Amino acid sequence: MLEVKNLKTQIDTSEGIVQAVDGVSFTVRAGETLGIVGESGSGKSVLANSIMQLNPNPPTFYPEGEILFEGSNLLKLSEKQLRKIRGNEIGMIFQDPMSSLNPVFKVGAQLVEAILTHQKMSRKNAKARAIELLKDVGIPDAESRMDDYPHHFSGGMRQRVLIAIALAGNPKLLIADEPTTALDVTIQAQILELMKGIQEKYGTAIILISHDLGVISQMAEKVLVMYSGRIVEKGSVNDIFYRTSMPYTWSLLRSLPRLDGVAHERLISIEGQPPNLVSPPKGCNFHPRCPFATEKCLEIDPELMPRKEGHWVACILTEQEFEAEKERLESADREGVL
Amino acid sequence: MSEALLEIRDLHMHFPIKGGVFQKTKKHVKAVNGVDLSVNKGETLGIVGESGCGKSTLARTIVGLQKPTSGDILFEGKSILHYSHKEMHQLRRNIQMVYQDPYTSLNPRMKAGDIIGAPLKAYRMTNDLERRVKELMDLVGLKADDYHKLPHQFSGGQRQRIGIARAIALNPKLLILDEPVSALDVSVQAQVINLLEDLQKELNLTYVFIAHDLSVIKHIADKVGVMYLGKVMEISDSESFYNDASHPYTNALLSAIPLPDPEKEKMRKRIVLSGELPSPANPPTGCVFHTRCPFAQENCKTNTPLLEAKDGNDGHLVSCFYPINTEKKQLILE
Amino acid sequence: MFKKKRNLISASLLLLFTVATITASWWLPVLPSEMDSAKRLIGPSADHWFGTDHFGRDILAQTVVAARVSLVVGLSVALISTVLGTITGLIAGYYKRADFVIMRIIDGMLAFPSLLLALALVAALGGSVSNIIIALSFSFWPVMTRIVRSAVLQINSIQYVEAAKTSGIGDLVILFRYVLPNVLSPIIVQGTFIFAKAILAEAALSFLGVGVEPSTPTWGNMLQEAQIYISIAPWFSIFPGIAIVITVLTLNILGDGLRDSFDPHAKGKVNRKKGRLKKQINVA
Repeated sequence: MLEVKNLKTQIDTSEGIVQAVDGVSFTVRAGETLGIVGESGSGKSVLANSIMQLNPNPPTFYPEGEILFEGSNLLKLSEKQLRKIRGNEIGMIFQDPMSSLNPVFKVGAQLVEAILTHQKMSRKNAKARAIELLKDVGIPDAESRMDDYPHHFSGGMRQRVLIAIALAGNPKLLIADEPTTALDVTIQAQILELMKGIQEKYGTAIILISHDLGVISQMAEKVLVMYSGRIVEKGSVNDIFYRTSMPYTWSLLRSLPRLDGVAHERLISIEGQPPNLVSPPKGCNFHPRCPFATEKCLEIDPELMPRKEGHWVACILTEQEFEAEKERLESADREGVL
Repeated sequence: MSEALLEIRDLHMHFPIKGGVFQKTKKHVKAVNGVDLSVNKGETLGIVGESGCGKSTLARTIVGLQKPTSGDILFEGKSILHYSHKEMHQLRRNIQMVYQDPYTSLNPRMKAGDIIGAPLKAYRMTNDLERRVKELMDLVGLKADDYHKLPHQFSGGQRQRIGIARAIALNPKLLILDEPVSALDVSVQAQVINLLEDLQKELNLTYVFIAHDLSVIKHIADKVGVMYLGKVMEISDSESFYNDASHPYTNALLSAIPLPDPEKEKMRKRIVLSGELPSPANPPTGCVFHTRCPFAQENCKTNTPLLEAKDGNDGHLVSCFYPINTEKKQLILE
Repeated sequence: MFKKKRNLISASLLLLFTVATITASWWLPVLPSEMDSAKRLIGPSADHWFGTDHFGRDILAQTVVAARVSLVVGLSVALISTVLGTITGLIAGYYKRADFVIMRIIDGMLAFPSLLLALALVAALGGSVSNIIIALSFSFWPVMTRIVRSAVLQINSIQYVEAAKTSGIGDLVILFRYVLPNVLSPIIVQGTFIFAKAILAEAALSFLGVGVEPSTPTWGNMLQEAQIYISIAPWFSIFPGIAIVITVLTLNILGDGLRDSFDPHAKGKVNRKKGRLKKQINVA
């Protein structure tokens, strides 16, 4: 349904041109959930905004690539055509539920407005539909809450309203950019449940962007791991979590404090800091922090290559080399702990 | 060994809400509403809770940024609430704080070295100041040539290291850590947690570690307390806490955290709490959690449970009339 | 600070005015006080570029020399009210108890229009350059106090101030090393605006006849003398008027430019907000 091919997004900053998204390709099929995971600065949000071209332009440019949505290239469409697709075909949910609603209008009015921009119907019908949507996203007393202002709603409730607005046009694809990061865990659990329920009910495809590997593992079927603007590993959720083949993903999974881990166990950290995107390191972007790095990694910038059916990895190590080195590092850690 | 360094007794911190033409006090936000805690020397107490549970207010009250409404705080057995200005100044050397946001907790116009050296200057420990600062920088894993850099030249993780160096500069006994890793990138969190553990061993520090993330707490705390609406719901040594959590709220929190393990995630049953956090200005009567508790009974609406030892285990206190035992847990999760 | 063209141009223009008026006696062809009764109220010509006044004095020379008083008054008022306002603003913003007292006084003063207040003060003190400076400083510092106070209140809630307190650092050090450096930019910007406002106010006071003694050439005095001749000798009013406009405009542009360059986020913030707004609309 959605196919992104070799997308590049550049941002012109005062310090130079930043390759925020650097040659990214992936597909999303109807009804599935794609998780995009990465740290801040990995380009995951810029990527999400690129799909609907919500990055301010300038300073953002799209010099290369295609974004095919049901066959048409979104990068070639006029602003008017894009506006039709936004909301109608593709809905978006953002991280910050506080600032994404207009504080001076009633929630109901904003929702009705959203419905009327996408569908031709009478105001009365739109209102009925709005109440239905609010019920759908689990807001109690939907009728009376239509007349409330955003500040009457808690963070979790606002996120529900935003989901309702995103659903107003019956979109086929929902892009959720860190939808639960600003929320407490118990509320996060509610919102994730809600998103799953909506997917089951309407068959909406979801692109879920998060820095939280837990959220991704709970929600996604396919996963992209991003590091400094590139996809470094891509595959099914089981590929990524159980058959990890890229040093970054492996190190990241290992460094997580885990609820199912042993109490007081020492964490195995990734050394160093995420790279500066204005002047990325030579060779592989991850090599300065990579425990597997060899001389060759300084020179060769690995491309994302298929390793197994549907499992792609950007690393010069072969599967055997990676497994052997992993074995060695893991046993070294065990000794270190003892 | 088990000597309490910090003891908090029935602490209340209420903030007035003013309103109307004459700015009369209408109501009070009961941010901290009767908290009892104690932390032993060399121990780490983790305090967990969602936003609005009062954990940050508790931290600010311990370091003396606010005077509590009532209750008592004892440091090394002495009540600190009636300390004079001078005594308070001396006490501050022993209780230091690390903040959540590495971007707003450092003065943007001061060099890293000056930031770390500022507490030393405040206590006139200026002999060999630069050497001492460089020693501290080394201790937290900063390079000596970072001395003259400004905060914006550092990454988030490095800034947090500066904040930690500042906090340990005076050789404090107690460190209050207010969400020290929650603003950091996942790949940097582990570095900072490990650093904190190393420092604790090396400098014999006692930590109060405030977080919203139970998995981070699991790696660092010896004792864990859960707060909800200004009250402690459950407090226990870490092992008993994670293996045998009894309060419905604790169980809901634990089950809400997604695991980075897709197969386990599919198998897992959750206790998804309904509803939202009530306003701390208007807490529910009886047990404050009853409005969202899946196991609440009539009794819970009117009577307030006390924080009591669970099954005679003094190390595990629960504030609930109907704590979840192992069999009940089986029933819920099956 | 002067990276931006606009700031550089307005600052150098200001410098040019200052140098020109200080060195006036060396380069002006005629003395400003030189009267020539044969050449009264003559329009602009090759001899007298800006024309002459009712005593036959050269208006160009007068306008240039009058800048001295205006700039001295403007700068002194800006400096005095900035220093006073900064000190009271810091105290009010940092100490809750002092805040109540200081702000009630400031509110009281702000209840009078500043020009009216200055007018009353000058009327009581008598018109001289120093009295005008005192009167204007007194009526402008409350504004500065308010601005500094609100900036301090913002900084106060930022964690590094709290961190300094918990580190046992004394109040004075916190005020001058942690708070003041981070509120300097609004202070400097507001100071520039006060500079401009003071020049206008001085001209207005002199024009109303309660300013500097009429014998001293100031733009306000010139305008006051020129008003009866406006229909027969408009240049007499126009040139000092233009001088005021240019000086005040330059200062305002400088102030605006400084505000932008002090706050690199200001632009980005606006853009980001717009971006978000756009997002909202698009989503809707």
